[in-house]
Amino acid sequence: MAELRQQLLVLHLHTPDLNSHVVAWAMYDGTGQKRYTTGDSETPPYSSVVEAMQDGWRVIQFPQQFPAYPGMEYNTSYLRFEYILEKLEEI
Amino acid sequence: MVDKQHLLTTEQMANFVADGYLRFDDFIPDELNKAAHEEMASGMSVRGGGGTVLDDVWHDDSAVGKVFRLPKVQGIIESLVGENPLYDHHAVHIVRPQSQHGQIWHADAIIDIRMHFDIQFFYFSHDTPREMGGTMILPGSHFRRVCETDVARYQNFLGQHPIVCNAGTLVVVHHGIWHCAQPNLTEDTRYMFKLRLNPTVRQLKLWNTDDIDTGGIRGILSRNHRWYGNDVRLEIVNRIKLWRFLIGDESYDVGYWLSRLENMPENVPHVA
Repeated sequence: MAELRQQLLVLHLHTPDLNSHVVAWAMYDGTGQKRYTTGDSETPPYSSVVEAMQDGWRVIQFPQQFPAYPGMEYNTSYLRFEYILEKLEEI
Repeated sequence: MVDKQHLLTTEQMANFVADGYLRFDDFIPDELNKAAHEEMASGMSVRGGGGTVLDDVWHDDSAVGKVFRLPKVQGIIESLVGENPLYDHHAVHIVRPQSQHGQIWHADAIIDIRMHFDIQFFYFSHDTPREMGGTMILPGSHFRRVCETDVARYQNFLGQHPIVCNAGTLVVVHHGIWHCAQPNLTEDTRYMFKLRLNPTVRQLKLWNTDDIDTGGIRGILSRNHRWYGNDVRLEIVNRIKLWRFLIGDESYDVGYWLSRLENMPENVPHVA
């Protein structure tokens, strides 16, 4: 039986809508074939989460949404609409 | 005090507030670039203590000292952090030949909640083509409250900006900007000299304000760096707050952004 390893695709979207466009992205390869790094591409691999789903990626994490803490309504920090997707690859 | 001609303009200051950096290409004379490169390659050891007056750190013969004493560099310093800033620290960033992986994204130091800001210079003493790096910065990331490598999971953003440049290029950034060294795929070692400075005076109209009433500032402060997504409006609010701080006018606004939120009328209308 073939062994499977996980490929992870992290997509950050313009809004929580899975059809909205990708503003940041990262990939992690569990097969050991490739190591992705910072600044290694100028365009995202997919335009949206839905487009990645249509190519076989499975969404495994939705970003939770929380109201701003009082006094921190205008603070910004991390990218808020982060979706994590996976594919399983045979090795 | 440096001659006014060397100070930044209001438009440049607005760009710094919106983008978190200013870039000066081919800015440092070549003889100084060569001398500074040699100092870095030979392991320059002169290092000041944190909080030392900048002028006291390097002796007159130091090439790096000469770079930061150039009047046009002094003009940048005075415009952003005033005369006689404090030396915080410096670092010679070295990326060895055939380094295949980029540094992780990070902001220097820890969460910094001041409106007052430090600056960091990135000085490139030799040509830095894309295959050599250089430093990647994320425009407009300076207001984000993160602790150093909290952002290490990210890899790519729309609008990320690799500093690819000729020798003698100087970039000055707000202390909060996200950045990372890029892979060096060449056979040569890459050097970048980083210097952090702290203000010792209130950062209030320190630049050449002759163009303070120029009409383009609101447009600059409204710039969208795309990777923000839906949060771009929050970034504009943060820029308005810093611009108010810099010009000393708590009523300044871009369009009707903060004015709307600050409108809390207490007048009770007359009842017939």
